Amino acid sequence: MKEIVIISGKGGTGKTSIIAAFASLAENKVLCDADVDAADLHLIMNPEIQERHDFASGHTARINQEKCTECGLCRDLCNWNAISEDFVVDEIECEGCGVCYYFCPEEAIDFPLNTCGEWYLSETRFGPMAHARLGIAEENSGKLVSLIRQEGKKLAESRNLDLLITDGPPGIGCPVIASLGGAAAVLIVAEPTVSGRHDMERVAELAAFFKVPAMVSVNKFDLNPEQADAIEAFAREKNVEVMGRVPFDPAFTKAMVQGQTVMEFDQNSEGGEAVKRLWTNLSEKLEL
Amino acid sequence: MIISIASGKGGTGKTTVATNMAVSLEGDVQLLDCDVEEPNSQLFIQADIEKQEVIHTPVPEVDMDKCTLCGKCGDICQFKAIVVIGETVLPFHELCHSCGGCMRVCPENAITEVGRELGVIGQGRRNGLEFVYGELRVGEAMSPPLIRQVREYARPEALTIIDAPPGTSCPVIAAMKGADFILLVTEPTPFGLYDLKLAVGAVKILGIPCGLVINRSDMGDDLVTQYAEQENVPVLMEIPFDRKMAEAYSRGEMIVTAMPEWKEKFQGLYHRIEAIVG
Repeated sequence: MKEIVIISGKGGTGKTSIIAAFASLAENKVLCDADVDAADLHLIMNPEIQERHDFASGHTARINQEKCTECGLCRDLCNWNAISEDFVVDEIECEGCGVCYYFCPEEAIDFPLNTCGEWYLSETRFGPMAHARLGIAEENSGKLVSLIRQEGKKLAESRNLDLLITDGPPGIGCPVIASLGGAAAVLIVAEPTVSGRHDMERVAELAAFFKVPAMVSVNKFDLNPEQADAIEAFAREKNVEVMGRVPFDPAFTKAMVQGQTVMEFDQNSEGGEAVKRLWTNLSEKLEL
Repeated sequence: MIISIASGKGGTGKTTVATNMAVSLEGDVQLLDCDVEEPNSQLFIQADIEKQEVIHTPVPEVDMDKCTLCGKCGDICQFKAIVVIGETVLPFHELCHSCGGCMRVCPENAITEVGRELGVIGQGRRNGLEFVYGELRVGEAMSPPLIRQVREYARPEALTIIDAPPGTSCPVIAAMKGADFILLVTEPTPFGLYDLKLAVGAVKILGIPCGLVINRSDMGDDLVTQYAEQENVPVLMEIPFDRKMAEAYSRGEMIVTAMPEWKEKFQGLYHRIEAIVG
């Protein structure tokens, strides 16, 4: 079983629209949405949820006012200034380190486990899908990313499917790092802008740091062909395989508005044709 | 006043709005780029950077001559960042949240602080505008501590504009908390709307007034506008898709430079925010 993770560094480069098109093209696969912070793939896949599970991770301190003697030790120890003058814990600021809970001389602090999201196993018109939703303003997104990728793999194994297509998060921080380990390759969807190039370079560096083979596709390349050239030149220099370009095509947005993949909306559109070529290149590269 | 510019979905135009508004305003204005994983403001602002500083977070180091292998450090650590294995104690610096618990609990005072590099903070100016950015080290997982350090540069007497990261989890909260106003930048598509709802949810938890900029306002559908009406979130600006604007952006040009008529519109945006905040 192979997993390809699609990331972008910069948000909004068209990563999810391209993955949706891959869903139309790929066979024998499981889809996995690991962009748990702002998961959008389900808006196109329209999954029928078969299993729903709570995601519990991390703890938050809670002060029991009846036991608290207001000695102030917890406020002194908290590195996040998460405890107010009247000894109430700010749940958003609390890091879940447990230092106040451990040291409170009155044992007045509880430290319950948080439920901070949900994850799902679903069926879609393109096959099975594993996806998740992190609660708003919650932490531990990296752990949820690791968990949903694991569940995606299990789902693929149980159905004898040999490919996992994972929608990764933007950025280069904890959830992205959690989306890389063990992947056969990452495909970086870049856009031909100064910021797209800057962000692509950083995320390519991250993939190299964790020794995951990287590939790149420049989306909307015709908005600035020189930037597209520069991104591909950088990629070749850094052993990031150049997999093919996709033009700016309003068909992607129109498809999204209708809840369709670009292949369903108009497979002969310029964008559709380009994604087909991209998928053919990827399949050859990954020996699918 | 602090205005934090955020969005659930990435790539909707946060940096465009933050940078163009910042350079369009007169007076004591500062722009803080808190999208430390992928900081892009400087690509457009091109400030003269006067100072750069490497930022560290404290992590434990164990003096094995003093350590008795009691295991209390491993017990208190919620992040599995320090573990007693056989005859030694292994700190895993990249997992450490810098709570100080292990140092505090160690009965032998065997644990001291060393630094893990989070990234860099740079400071500079572009004409009258003060500019500060954070850049997370590639390989570093935790962005909130660096974001909080960038926010330390906010001066109460100035107008502070924050370019926040995308999403709705801890890094975004670190960039929004304590702001006087949150400007959410979205696009009128199903992805834009879905992520906007999450972002509005986050803003509500924080209890901060917010408004909307709809970018590429003529591409997609009108569900974002309907949602904004329902939720009483004022739409403060609409930016239609313009290929000329997209191409200027792709070259790193600011809208107000390529299309000077937009300067007044960004000033108007600020005045509408000012009127709401009072």
